[in-house]
Amino acid sequence: MFEPLVRRGRLFAAAGLILFGLAAPLAAHAANFADAVNRLGSDGFAEKSTAIDEVSASGHPRAVEILVAMKEGRLYVRLADNVVVIGEEAAGAINAALAATGEDLGPLAAAAVSQIVVNNRLRAKLESAASRQSVIAGDATGRRKAAEALLKAPIPAAASMLRDALAKETDVAAKTALGLALAAVELSDPEPARRLAALAQFGKTSNPQVKNLIQARMALETDETVRAALAGALQGIEKRLALYNIALNLFQGISLGSVLLLAALGLAITFGVMGVINMAHGEMIMLGAYTAYGVQEIFRAFAPAAVDWYLPVAVPAAFLVAGAAGILIERTVIRWLYGRPLETLLATWGLSLILQQLVRTIFGAPNKEVANPAWMTGGIELAGGIFLAHNRIIIIVFCLAMLGVLAVAIRYSRFGLEMRAVTQNRAMADSMGIATGRIDALTFGLGSGLAGMAGVALSQIGNVSPNLGQIYIIDSFMVVVFGGVGSLWGTLVGAMSLGLVNKFLEPYAGAVLGKILVLVAIILFIQYRPRGLFALKGRAVEN
Amino acid sequence: MNRISPLAFLTESRAALVTLGLLVAAAAIVPVLNLMVPVGSPFHVPTWMVTLLGKYLTYALLALSVDLIWGFCGILSLGHGAFFALGGYAMGMYLMRQIGERGVYKHPVLPDFIVFLNWKDLPWYWHGFDIFPVALLMVILVPGALAFAFGWFAFHSRVTGVYLSIITQALTFALMLAFFRNDMGFGGNNGLTDFKDMLGFNLQADGTRVALFVASAVALAAGYVVCRFIVASRLGRVLIAIRDAESRTRFLGYRVEHYMLFVFVVSAVLAGVAGALYVPQVGIINPSEFSPANSIEIVIWVAVGGRGSLHGAILGAILVNYAKTYFTGALPEAWLYVLGGLFIVVTLFLPKGIVGSIPAFAARDFSLFGHRFGSAKTGARP
Repeated sequence: MFEPLVRRGRLFAAAGLILFGLAAPLAAHAANFADAVNRLGSDGFAEKSTAIDEVSASGHPRAVEILVAMKEGRLYVRLADNVVVIGEEAAGAINAALAATGEDLGPLAAAAVSQIVVNNRLRAKLESAASRQSVIAGDATGRRKAAEALLKAPIPAAASMLRDALAKETDVAAKTALGLALAAVELSDPEPARRLAALAQFGKTSNPQVKNLIQARMALETDETVRAALAGALQGIEKRLALYNIALNLFQGISLGSVLLLAALGLAITFGVMGVINMAHGEMIMLGAYTAYGVQEIFRAFAPAAVDWYLPVAVPAAFLVAGAAGILIERTVIRWLYGRPLETLLATWGLSLILQQLVRTIFGAPNKEVANPAWMTGGIELAGGIFLAHNRIIIIVFCLAMLGVLAVAIRYSRFGLEMRAVTQNRAMADSMGIATGRIDALTFGLGSGLAGMAGVALSQIGNVSPNLGQIYIIDSFMVVVFGGVGSLWGTLVGAMSLGLVNKFLEPYAGAVLGKILVLVAIILFIQYRPRGLFALKGRAVEN
Repeated sequence: MNRISPLAFLTESRAALVTLGLLVAAAAIVPVLNLMVPVGSPFHVPTWMVTLLGKYLTYALLALSVDLIWGFCGILSLGHGAFFALGGYAMGMYLMRQIGERGVYKHPVLPDFIVFLNWKDLPWYWHGFDIFPVALLMVILVPGALAFAFGWFAFHSRVTGVYLSIITQALTFALMLAFFRNDMGFGGNNGLTDFKDMLGFNLQADGTRVALFVASAVALAAGYVVCRFIVASRLGRVLIAIRDAESRTRFLGYRVEHYMLFVFVVSAVLAGVAGALYVPQVGIINPSEFSPANSIEIVIWVAVGGRGSLHGAILGAILVNYAKTYFTGALPEAWLYVLGGLFIVVTLFLPKGIVGSIPAFAARDFSLFGHRFGSAKTGARP
């Protein structure tokens, strides 16, 4: 994490310092600078530390490169004359250049030099020294990142430089970061009023770094007023952090809930509406995921330019593939088993074993890689370290859209009407001229197709393997049973509450124990409400 | 003599006599063929086969326990593997304690994985498991108590049918997750293994293996007698009534939940005993025994053999497991197809299993397409 930050900083710094350097009175400082650089190779860490301060205060164009090289362990002392060199290891020798001037020395024998050792304190110092340089010289992002690095390890010497930078800053994000970094330095100012002002500057931030700084200051603080202010600020930050934490849990819970909802939605049709204990439901999800894989491979082979847009094709394709598989299963196996739910359980379990093995035979047992398109990677970063990944957001939207379309279709379409009629009273629907067999097949196909579409979405956040379905099958049943069989609304509420409870338990109980607790809670809940949260009422239930 | 013999429940059933006869014969002949017949002889039964057969017998006992509740009371448990595994863990804990200083870390009391976890003391629930009778008691008590607690809530709340199946599945799934955790103190992922001896006998010795086989046969026979006794009694009649018409039985004044709870606990205990006999023979118990897929597989053994027929369950368990051994050895790719196909074929075409279908097949008029498949759910065909 730090590595690229520093490298980038080094680039910006190098570019910027060349410009600054033209105006700087180089010659006067050259001798002092070379001397300070050579003292970087002293034996004691204390001397090295002073030398680092001097080098970074010099504003010399080579300062950043030297400091970064030191941090990365590329700085050596030439044993013959104790001159410090920057070296690159190559085939047993060291390609060296004079640190102070950059003059190329050619390869040196490894025995002729000794690496300059740094400890963690020096490393942190080097890093913030390098950051300091880029605060002055980087672009807006570079300046912001450098300021954030300074916030982590504030150095008192940087105060005036930060003040200058802050005055010149135009970029809003960078200005905020610089302000925080300056406040961090001023927090240890000898003047209590300055310290209070710094605290006020922190304002309503909820940055965990600031919390650490305030806590560290708290231990040293002697002034009573400042102490009180520190305590108040700490409390405020903790309160805000707790709030953000809740918000984060909320998002993660909804995200998990949407995954559960996706997985369970098809089952809400096949199990909830039709009463088929469809143990092959997970395999329909798996078929959808493999369809996504297949569509992706086809795009890669025939339209590599458009590969980012394979998903919009994969979703309907998965619906058709899994739906067709569902209709086939219904017509060949399940139609003989209506009214015998426990037998459908066994037969569909057999189907799931066969489908798993079939996919294993065709595609092989190892996981298949289904890539996130570019527009699904990345995310939105909010205050307080909350990161909302794009793929999670898209899945939440996708599953709610699926639920909405499904609810509308069941409520308003002709097929939905016939489906409800067959579920409520098969004999009556039959005598009204509804082809019940056809509706059964289509309903099962719909449930399976939904599972297939879920599979496409789930392929974006997990592995695609023949066992994919097994991961989701138990959770899906829990959602449907908890929410109430035959109620879409119940499935939504069930999925979301299980997702949220899981995520809110996780920090206290850990992921596995949390899951166990949720399962036990569901078992107990079923005792209390055997038909789930939103039970269908009336006589139909008894049959 | 007009008095009905107290053993009528056995002597009046030819199937019962044949089953018990076969088991006694197996318990008598296999040891002879293994220990007395020289290795080169064609009649010699190698020790690995004795162990394999012993494993089948423990599976048969497990199938019997599922048949007792599913075949006779209509309770389809998809979590019976949990009781089997709990019995197995109780026995595994005894065997772990017997290892003593022969473990990798040579600790006199703590099993290897506990030393590895850096725990200084034995967890409280491990105490007493070095005493064989205590371990045996736990084999019965732990699955029995769990079944009692679970059944008490479930049956009193009238959770039946599909819902019961799904929460039994949730139960075994939750237990699997729990036993996978190292913090539980049951060896986590690896489970309990590397057993050395049992009651002072080396577990690798031929004699011990034969003894375990005989114990499995005796346990299966005893389990069979218990189940037979239950289903032939008045209580068994009520169970069948519950299976066929639960509400009606309740309206007739029977406390349905008491009957269900009783038979559920008996069944769980039988499963626990089966697990306890299974572990010393296969030499390992780990959390995957709790996996829901295992429990569903038990149901198919019963379905293949013939639900509602005790000897059918035994036959089904042995046949399916023999097929599994054969296929996973000869055609490993094909096994899941076969198993999956079995599930489908049996539910569609053999709803009464092998045992139930043979007499019906012999008596049928071969009008194959005269009725819907599998419509004969109750009652024998003319």
